[in-house]
Amino acid sequence: MSIKETKEFRKQVVEDVLDIYPEKAKKNRTKHIAVKDDDNCAGCAVKSNAKTVPGVMTARGCAYAGAKGVVWGPVKDIVHISHGPVGCGFYSWGNRRNLADGEIGVDNFVPFLFTSDFQESDIIYGGDKKLETIIREVVDLFPNAKGVSVLSECPVGLIGDDIESVARRMSKEFEIPVIPVRCEGFRGISQSLGHHIANDAIRDHLLGTGPGREVGPYDIGIIGDYNIGGDAWVSKKLLEECGLNVVNIWTGDSTMEMLQNGHLVKLNLIHCTRSMNYIVKHMEETYGTPWLEFNFFGPTKIKESLLKIAAEFDNTIMEKTLKVIEKYEGQMAKVIESYKTRLAGKTVMLYIGGLRPRHMVGSYEDLGMEVIGTGYEFGHKEDYEVTIPDLKDGTLIYDDVTAYELEEFVKKMKPDLVGSGIKEKYVFEKMGLPFRQMHSWDYSGPYQGYEGFPIFAKDMDMAINSPTWKIIKAPWTK
Amino acid sequence: MRQIAIYGKGGIGKSTTTQNTVVALAEMGRKVTIVGCDPKADSTRLILHSKAQTTVMDLARERGTVEDVELDEVLVQGYLGVKCAESGGPEPGVGCAGRGVITAINFLEENGAYDQDTDYVFYDVLGDVVCGGFAMPIRENKAKEIYIVTSGEMMAMYAANNISKGILKYATTGTVRLGGLICNSRQTDKEMELIEALAKGLNTQLIHFIPRDNEVQRAEVRKMTVIEYNSTHPQADQYRQLANKIENNTHMTIPTPLTMDELEDLMMKFGIMDM
Repeated sequence: MSIKETKEFRKQVVEDVLDIYPEKAKKNRTKHIAVKDDDNCAGCAVKSNAKTVPGVMTARGCAYAGAKGVVWGPVKDIVHISHGPVGCGFYSWGNRRNLADGEIGVDNFVPFLFTSDFQESDIIYGGDKKLETIIREVVDLFPNAKGVSVLSECPVGLIGDDIESVARRMSKEFEIPVIPVRCEGFRGISQSLGHHIANDAIRDHLLGTGPGREVGPYDIGIIGDYNIGGDAWVSKKLLEECGLNVVNIWTGDSTMEMLQNGHLVKLNLIHCTRSMNYIVKHMEETYGTPWLEFNFFGPTKIKESLLKIAAEFDNTIMEKTLKVIEKYEGQMAKVIESYKTRLAGKTVMLYIGGLRPRHMVGSYEDLGMEVIGTGYEFGHKEDYEVTIPDLKDGTLIYDDVTAYELEEFVKKMKPDLVGSGIKEKYVFEKMGLPFRQMHSWDYSGPYQGYEGFPIFAKDMDMAINSPTWKIIKAPWTK
Repeated sequence: MRQIAIYGKGGIGKSTTTQNTVVALAEMGRKVTIVGCDPKADSTRLILHSKAQTTVMDLARERGTVEDVELDEVLVQGYLGVKCAESGGPEPGVGCAGRGVITAINFLEENGAYDQDTDYVFYDVLGDVVCGGFAMPIRENKAKEIYIVTSGEMMAMYAANNISKGILKYATTGTVRLGGLICNSRQTDKEMELIEALAKGLNTQLIHFIPRDNEVQRAEVRKMTVIEYNSTHPQADQYRQLANKIENNTHMTIPTPLTMDELEDLMMKFGIMDM
């Protein structure tokens, strides 16, 4: 197919798939989907960050998921209380692969779940006294906890509990930060607002309140890396190989002190802009700390990013960086060479959170693969604005795609691989399609950096070229 | 068994009117239960001669769960065998009183608080219908009859109109009906005519006009209803009349709430706005 025919075909696919909807829903969903068309700029924009059409199956989460699950949860030496009935806490317990080092129960509370387990009487009489009791118990049982975060679930907001005053009182009494986070799930239209609320809570309660530190000439921070499968660790290692000194990571494997000292660096590198652009902008405006976006997925983007970062520092750093790039480029070329025959030309469709639908494209392209469809669960306009120029002409772009749409797009566009989350995984595997989880790295990883890329390549090869799909036949086709 | 809910603006005299009327019904030999749906828990003190019986929610809180509460701990008999229960709930400004009402009413129903001998259940509900919890008594299978206590004061009438909107919502999805307005007189000008006109506007009736009499306060100070405190006083007869009218009331309607403009026109017509 020529590129023109491809674009025509994909536009037809969109039309056919959306045709089943009632008129109003169809009109709404049409705005969220586009085929990138370099000849026609109407295909360069999609509507985003809007309320999901009622009745469809969306993969989105809620504000609590964004605040607890994404931003606060990975901070390891703070005890995070899921404040409300047990469900929200239980189902957000231990299912995100934000790895953390440390002694469990001493300086690492990531594997734990703390919940106030609201009962009927807590709703009726308010849960403030219970919250106070829990904070006392936490401090008593875990005297090394550096702080306590209180993450509001829906009922707490509905009954108007004054968690701020409890936090203030407990903070004063125990002389540790107690941070109220008003991330009730009914607020906003996706987890995105939860990220913002969580950023604001860091700003209001921790940033700039620490003991402070001398800022060295090469001190940098990584913001918005949650250390999924150890990603932040390899990024840190790589940057340090270039002569830089990573003093803070937000919030993967991070400590409270790192949050307090976030501004005390020469440069902040932001990985996930969607979840933490708020705070880097704040640190720039308030403390004059500059920030830079980077992408460590795939050798092409790694090289680009390393050079961009090194350019912010002196020649020593640039020289070291060039040496690092040279050292690894050869290794990466070998990796690409060894997988090329098996992966080149294969197509992939992605549907992920707020960063990877754009950041992962390069690592697939490095392997000679082609991303033919991608989309964000909760991206905003500015995310799509920087994504679309990076995509090939004719790429299908879908915002807050519904389960039905994604399934139908895949059936019609027939990619060799689908990369999305746990909710999608088994749908496509049952269709006999290779699938990789791109939130959790399917229990693998890291995928970032020169260390992660060979693992990424191997995993994609395993999925696509596994003979499983050819061996297994559905009972009704036997 | 008739289940009746009493609504009205806060402080208008719902609890006083309800208890006095219930005692009049009991005097007629009826078996009556009062369920106080107000965290203040002051719906039964004139029957029980004491402030605040043990409420359903307070006991549930003490025990940890409502499942551990026994019916006879929270349903007590008072003057003339009237049975009393209070939902209870939080002090002002915390928690969710509405949820307390829902939980308490469910508890009473599930535990058979209304036996076969019961002729009447009266729900005495706090102030305005501020949230779903305070509409609980008029939902499916509960009170089918509502009386609104009001007076000739603007805000009391405004509240009555607002409550009618709540009733309208549940009347169209269920079987609840408005039985009438009870005017608890504040001796405002042309009060009876005004409330009669309001009743007409709301597609209901002024079922009874209770004149103001300090005997009610004198009885109340002694934690008694008028019938118990001074059985032969004319004010006692007023409550007996109201009880009779409720007993024989067949005028059950779906209310037609007024717009704010219509309500103000009504006030204007009776000269209240000139004051």
